[in-house]
Amino acid sequence: MRVIVGVKRVVDFAIKARVKADKTGVVTEGVKHSMNPFDEIALEQGIRLKESGAVKEVIAVSCGPTACQETLRTALAMGADRAIHVPVEGAAYETLQPLAVAKIFKKLAEDNQANLVLFGKQAIDDDANQTAQLTSALLNWPQGAFAAKLSVEGGSKVKVVREIDGGLETIELNLPAVVSADLRLAEPRYASLANIMKAKKKPLDKKTPEELGVDIKPRIKTLSVEEPPVRKAGIKVENVDGLLQKLRTEAGVTF
Amino acid sequence: MLRAAMTGAARSLARNAASVQPARTFTIAAVASAGSSSSAAAAHDDEEGGSFARGLFSGRIRESQVFPFPAATILNEEAKSTLQMLVDPCAKFFETVNDPAKNDETASISKEAWDGLKEMGAFGLQVPEELGGLGLTNTGYARLVEIVGMHDLGVGIALGAHQSIGFKGITLFGTKEQKAKYLPKLAAGENIAAFALTEPSSGSDANSIRSRAKLSADGKHWVLNGSKIWISNGGIAEIFTVFAQTQVPDRKTGELKDKVTAFIVERSFGGLTNGKPENKMGIKCSNTAEVYFDDVKIPVENVLGQVGEGFKVAMAILNNGRFGMGAALSGTMKAMLAKSAEHAINRTQFGSKIKEFGMIKEKFAQMALKIYATESMAYTLAANMDRGSNDYQIEAAISKVFASEAAWSVADEALQVMGGIGFMKAAGFERVVRDLRIFRIFEGANEILRMFIALTGIQDAGKDLKEVQAALKSPISNFGVLSQEATKRIKRIVGVGHDTIKGVHPLLRGPAGLVESQATAFGAAVDSLLITHGRKIIDQQLKLKRVADAAIDLYASVAVLSRATHALNSGAATADQEVLLATTFCEDAHRRIRRNIASLNGKTTDGSYARIADSIFEKGSYDISHPIGF
Repeated sequence: MRVIVGVKRVVDFAIKARVKADKTGVVTEGVKHSMNPFDEIALEQGIRLKESGAVKEVIAVSCGPTACQETLRTALAMGADRAIHVPVEGAAYETLQPLAVAKIFKKLAEDNQANLVLFGKQAIDDDANQTAQLTSALLNWPQGAFAAKLSVEGGSKVKVVREIDGGLETIELNLPAVVSADLRLAEPRYASLANIMKAKKKPLDKKTPEELGVDIKPRIKTLSVEEPPVRKAGIKVENVDGLLQKLRTEAGVTF
Repeated sequence: MLRAAMTGAARSLARNAASVQPARTFTIAAVASAGSSSSAAAAHDDEEGGSFARGLFSGRIRESQVFPFPAATILNEEAKSTLQMLVDPCAKFFETVNDPAKNDETASISKEAWDGLKEMGAFGLQVPEELGGLGLTNTGYARLVEIVGMHDLGVGIALGAHQSIGFKGITLFGTKEQKAKYLPKLAAGENIAAFALTEPSSGSDANSIRSRAKLSADGKHWVLNGSKIWISNGGIAEIFTVFAQTQVPDRKTGELKDKVTAFIVERSFGGLTNGKPENKMGIKCSNTAEVYFDDVKIPVENVLGQVGEGFKVAMAILNNGRFGMGAALSGTMKAMLAKSAEHAINRTQFGSKIKEFGMIKEKFAQMALKIYATESMAYTLAANMDRGSNDYQIEAAISKVFASEAAWSVADEALQVMGGIGFMKAAGFERVVRDLRIFRIFEGANEILRMFIALTGIQDAGKDLKEVQAALKSPISNFGVLSQEATKRIKRIVGVGHDTIKGVHPLLRGPAGLVESQATAFGAAVDSLLITHGRKIIDQQLKLKRVADAAIDLYASVAVLSRATHALNSGAATADQEVLLATTFCEDAHRRIRRNIASLNGKTTDGSYARIADSIFEKGSYDISHPIGF
């Protein structure tokens, strides 16, 4: 059984995003990047499936500029067997959207005869939460979105537990399938320094969108990216009467 | 202890009183160069290149080891990105798994942390990859131990005693078989290593060790007896690099003489035991113990290096291991600065944030200047070692002295900024202060290292000077045979200009000029010392101390100028701040150097100091009548 895991390179979660002056996006230059945390969880689960013997090979895939190879190296250091970089540079990368990425994954899943495609449920930069679902639809494979548990049942099915309002939902999918990882699926490991060094020797291939025959032109146009409005400072009221009065006059509350 | 150490050094120095002569046999216990002092083998050790610090003593500025900033170009893109990948997981480990306060409290490293370090590969950072290590360069090692230094110096010592000195001898001098046999398990942390040199009666004066190994009758084993003290990892190590006296026939006379030999000793050989862990002031979680050898049978193939060459081996290990300290301590200082800066920014007193106060600002500026210089020197040193320089002993000693004193002062001032909070254990400052104290003592006490810096430099200057003096007796006929160095010296003596720092950015010309003039003055001062004292300069410890301090400041100044130049040339985001730091450092250093040089010849209270001290030693106490009479 072969698993493909999507690992997106995003601005590190600890960095406070700043909007670019021309309002076309956020500043990414000179900013620390790392693997999208949800993708890290998906990858961890993929590696655990491999360690349990249910999976033979884990392939990490990242679409974007050359720097994505660092993300892929991290994936290899964590335990992926090989990696595929789909280079998308400059303006094309800025407008790379979930549909195009899903098409890329569809093609890679077919070409590599994958049985399972794993994603994080969403990337923390654009929060689109679409790639897994779109890939599933394009491939016409069953999907298990927001998986909190994932196990391989025999050789032909996976069981996915989803956290839903009011409880847990357990679903069974026929393989091949697409699954997206929720927060509690698995706690990602740290890559050991030794494995980081070893990862340098693992294969990292390149496949351009053209080679894959995928049209990555954007379907959505971003009009403007804005900073969230700055929260105004509150005021202190002297006593309860003062509060009541403010509520009446300023907040328009009627008692 | 210190006094004993100094006496030991003086003895050792006296033994080699010819040290200001061109003779190459000059040694200072525990810190001396390992025979490579003037071999100048590597590409960067040529006449115009060579040790920057060494050149200083002849008033020369040899730029090639400092400009362009070596650390900026030492890593190629691939090495850089690999190293960058190692930084994050290493930092994450120390932030989440290791608990320095708990390690300190329990005087041990938690099993979880220890196993984590093993799993991470932290025990074999520089062991070649094919032998199971990470195969890092010195620069790579420095970058990672900086992270260790930020978080837990005790863990740093456990790791450093293991690989920076414990098995460093195997990587430097080991045979192919020795490397293949020992390094894989050491790199995995399966076996821990220790470096066993110090003995009760032999601290800084390492040549005076008493442990002894005798060749067995069948010639197959060395039988080792003796004991070692204060051995880091002594209680947990399986593999020891041990130094002992052996009888070696003199090459000329055939007469048997005591010479130190280095051995790889396994605990499993039998007869090796250790005392209980020492209860120390700091770096408590690292194990320190006495180690005893009772008829330990060491196979002859476990000699490390050549029989009788053990002193060289020991010094090479210590010289080589010293570079990591500057990097580790720069990490410590940055962590201290960050913690106290947060406090200064938020704490309000007298209606202002305390960051507004001049005396607080002064502290932070001085902290930053010290960190900037420490980093600049540590990474210059590591890079020079990476590109094959063998002539770095003076720089390594300078870096160790500067870093250990800078860190002590930074931690002290950071604690001071915190006020009472800093005095509380929970704030985490007092532990770092305790941990830091040893750094001025071990791996060559700073006093010994100052002697080493001054005397090693003066030794070379003395050689040139002799040539110069001889030539000056009949200058015309001799001019042609003078070395380039000596020619320049004569030119300088007769006032024909001084060396300039060519690689410096125009924006830093001002501070560079200060350094150039002081370098010339320094060379002249060294000449004058040699002419006045000759080989007796060895007895002028306070003068040597000033020489060393001036050399330290000069080297640090050039290192920061080089780094700031690089920042400007590469358009670094912090270039403006770096220019400010470098300029300020050079201005401050300039004043200190001038003062040190001036007091080499001028009036001092050195004589009075000696008399005061002597009267104390006579009584063994401060025996002065009490202010109120009893």
